[in-house]
Amino acid sequence: MSELKIPVGASDHIQGDAQAAITLVEYGDYECPHCGAAYPIVKRVQKHFGKRLRFVFRNFPLVQAHPNAQSAAEAGEFAATHGKFWEMHDAIYENQRELSTDFLLQLAENLGLDGRALAKSLKSEEYAEKVRADFLGGVRSGVNGTPTFFINNHRHDGPFDYGDLVESIERAAR
Amino acid sequence: MAQILAPGTKAPDFTLPVTADQKLSLSELRGQPVVLAFYPADWSPVCGDQMAFYNEILPEFQKHKAELMGISVDGVWCHAAFAEARHLHFPLLADFEPKGAVAKKYGVYRENDGICERALFVIDKNGTIAWSYCSPIAVNPGADGILQALEGLPK
Repeated sequence: MSELKIPVGASDHIQGDAQAAITLVEYGDYECPHCGAAYPIVKRVQKHFGKRLRFVFRNFPLVQAHPNAQSAAEAGEFAATHGKFWEMHDAIYENQRELSTDFLLQLAENLGLDGRALAKSLKSEEYAEKVRADFLGGVRSGVNGTPTFFINNHRHDGPFDYGDLVESIERAAR
Repeated sequence: MAQILAPGTKAPDFTLPVTADQKLSLSELRGQPVVLAFYPADWSPVCGDQMAFYNEILPEFQKHKAELMGISVDGVWCHAAFAEARHLHFPLLADFEPKGAVAKKYGVYRENDGICERALFVIDKNGTIAWSYCSPIAVNPGADGILQALEGLPK
């Protein structure tokens, strides 16, 4: 059973109650169709558990397989420094098919962020190191593809259908 | 019953086709660590399949000067198409004829199915197996075990 090697901390993107007894961590790739499929499922899971669960998203772009995954991940980090991480994360997953650099810049503008600043940030690879740190932390934790979920630091093995995730979380919460 | 070769064993040498007209021998790589990833078949329908995943991790293996090679019973043309589709930057070896002969030497051939186990070996620069692991056939074993083993090798 694989364990999360990097504890959830201050530099993470966390949604939900800070005191929640259950922590669900997802290592995801913004261009991965399986992560796209997981996106609405995670929302349902969050709704189901309410205050009992907090959700953390960490970057795991498969750059060889997905040409836009790296810029999407960096765009998320850029948005985070302007307090709009989750808006950016959600917007990308809701529009996965449109994913391109131009689309990311447009998204930034739609969210009230400076598209040109994002363009500059992507060009200078400002957030590449943070994304890489997420990625390597995931590799060390036994992440082997996307999405990979950890429930209270234990890797969830098996399907990520709504029922499977809920069951796995209930078991961890006992 | 096949028994995966254990650490401390000398890694059996082998020569396998890597393309239609080139062969590669394990002994050619003496002097650097080698990671052997036996896997059942090319073309499993997920974007994070094991070989594509190792492709993403390649820079980490290269930090240890380790050479990664994938081995399955698929033929060279199948490998060529798969490598191209996944943009793989490491060799895939064809344990095609005699079928599974190398996998058998390593104790990782599934006789009933005629495919290799999902098995990993880290071989040190002197040709000795430093670490080995056989994953359940449907579970992608990831790279954490490999990286740990590479880190544990004497410099």
